[in-house]
Amino acid sequence: MRAMIANGVRIDESFAEAFPMRGTAIIITAPNLKWARQAAVTMTGFATSVIGCKVEAGLDRDVPESETPDGRPGVRVLMFSMSTDMLQTQLVTRAGQCVLTSPGSACFNDLDAPDRMPIGDQLRYFGDGWQISKKFLGRHFWRVPVMDGEFLCEATVGLTKKAVGGGNLLIMGANFATTMNACEHAIEAMNAVDGAIMPFPGGVVRSGSKVGSKYAGVPASTNDAYCPTLRGIAKSALEEDIGCVLEIVIDGLDEKAVAEAMRAGLAAIVKLGPKDGALRVGAGNYGGKLGPFHFHLKDLLP
Amino acid sequence: MTLVLELKQEPDQRLDLAPLVPHLLQGKSAAEIAAIQLQTTRENCAVGDIFDVKLDGAFDKIHFKGGSSRLDHLGAGLKDGEITLEGDCGHAAGRAMSGGSLVISGSAGPFAGSALSGGVMEIKGEAGDFLGGPLDGEIEGMSGGLLIVRGSAGARAGDRLRRGTIVIEGSAGDYVASRFIAGTLIAVKGAGALPGYLLRRGTIILGATPELAPTYIDCGAYNLAFAGLFGRFLRPYSKPAAELLAKRLNRFAGDTSVLGKGEIFFPG
Repeated sequence: MRAMIANGVRIDESFAEAFPMRGTAIIITAPNLKWARQAAVTMTGFATSVIGCKVEAGLDRDVPESETPDGRPGVRVLMFSMSTDMLQTQLVTRAGQCVLTSPGSACFNDLDAPDRMPIGDQLRYFGDGWQISKKFLGRHFWRVPVMDGEFLCEATVGLTKKAVGGGNLLIMGANFATTMNACEHAIEAMNAVDGAIMPFPGGVVRSGSKVGSKYAGVPASTNDAYCPTLRGIAKSALEEDIGCVLEIVIDGLDEKAVAEAMRAGLAAIVKLGPKDGALRVGAGNYGGKLGPFHFHLKDLLP
Repeated sequence: MTLVLELKQEPDQRLDLAPLVPHLLQGKSAAEIAAIQLQTTRENCAVGDIFDVKLDGAFDKIHFKGGSSRLDHLGAGLKDGEITLEGDCGHAAGRAMSGGSLVISGSAGPFAGSALSGGVMEIKGEAGDFLGGPLDGEIEGMSGGLLIVRGSAGARAGDRLRRGTIVIEGSAGDYVASRFIAGTLIAVKGAGALPGYLLRRGTIILGATPELAPTYIDCGAYNLAFAGLFGRFLRPYSKPAAELLAKRLNRFAGDTSVLGKGEIFFPG
């Protein structure tokens, strides 16, 4: 891996290897942005990785009143999973426990796609016979009476089979403070990209993993090659000057959204430079044999 | 391209215009169209006797220049394409229409939009009785689509409506939304006596405080997300209806003399 240098930051000649996923997009609205965000944050909690959470989800962006179906402030939420069945189950469970329950909320489809998954068509049963169906020019909604008025929910949401999960950047710096600074700059830039989310806490993951383990039955374990405290004792990928590695993982509704998010993040890291930010940026892959999508860092440099 | 049918003079019998919809006229020449029979009495009467036919090439739009209350079944069974009428028409315009667009610049007779199931129909003038309703012996009236009346409508608008939306920008007559099965009807300037008579499900939104039957129950006043949503959907079609939906609305549930899962909204 010969490194390129961009504004003093070493860029590995490597690529992120990503996988096809099933994805959907919804808009959650509420009487104000605070409560729209609250419903969205609650719904996307415990949704960092499909390994343990079955689904990866996050807030894509705030949606102004002028752009939401019901004219109230909203938030766009993206959800991804490995299978349609799992995405369906998680969507209805999370919407039922976290959005239906959230004061003043309403929930709408925000992905035009021929494949559909029921959402309101399931949640309507909460209405116990008092639910009301409303159709207007091809769109179908359910009104479910609840204690603060009505929960309004679109009957079905769009499903894409072209979603991409597992785009990533490995951000390596001298210490935690500078590496985290680079990550925060990157995340801020990446949040501006539509159709992509970074599902880990605040978009950043510190426990990158490798496939397999010395212990039977453990599917993934710590990525020892990138653990600075094991530098020299394990087979390490880190140079002497690297004291901290953080990773940003990206899921997108299509390949382009993931590439754009990685491009934006990389540009922010390079612009910040090595003094207060990252010394080196890499990307995780499995040799290119497992995932069909390869995002080469050299193609994404500003 | 447009097929133009210009009315020569007021016809002396009622005419059935049902054959004059785009999907039945595809591939026909002007002469073939002129030979289509429209009479409803024993006296023969072809398109060419009544209209000047102007056609060049393929078309997906029919424009009627000049109307008469004797022109029945205008745009009946319309599936796609567009029909416009400059003038008035008789009964059952847009009958069983399932798609496309039908615009009447004048007024329509009774049963306009009868059993409409899709597409958008607009009457710029007034509509007669039984707007969107079923004909004798039919179980359902309108079952989809959007029907807009810029003026007022006669009695029993939306009779037995099952799905779809009716917007009346003027006022509706007596017994509006009678025997409603489900669906939505909006009368921006209010309605006559006993709105929602025997209404099972469905939503009626009235711009003026109605005189309700005692079988309607007051459920309070709300700003529901549903009204905001519907108002935004309707804005491109009817600004007065959208403005009505933006108001805080009283909800009355009924008609409890039947199923009672419907509702009447009005501002206040």
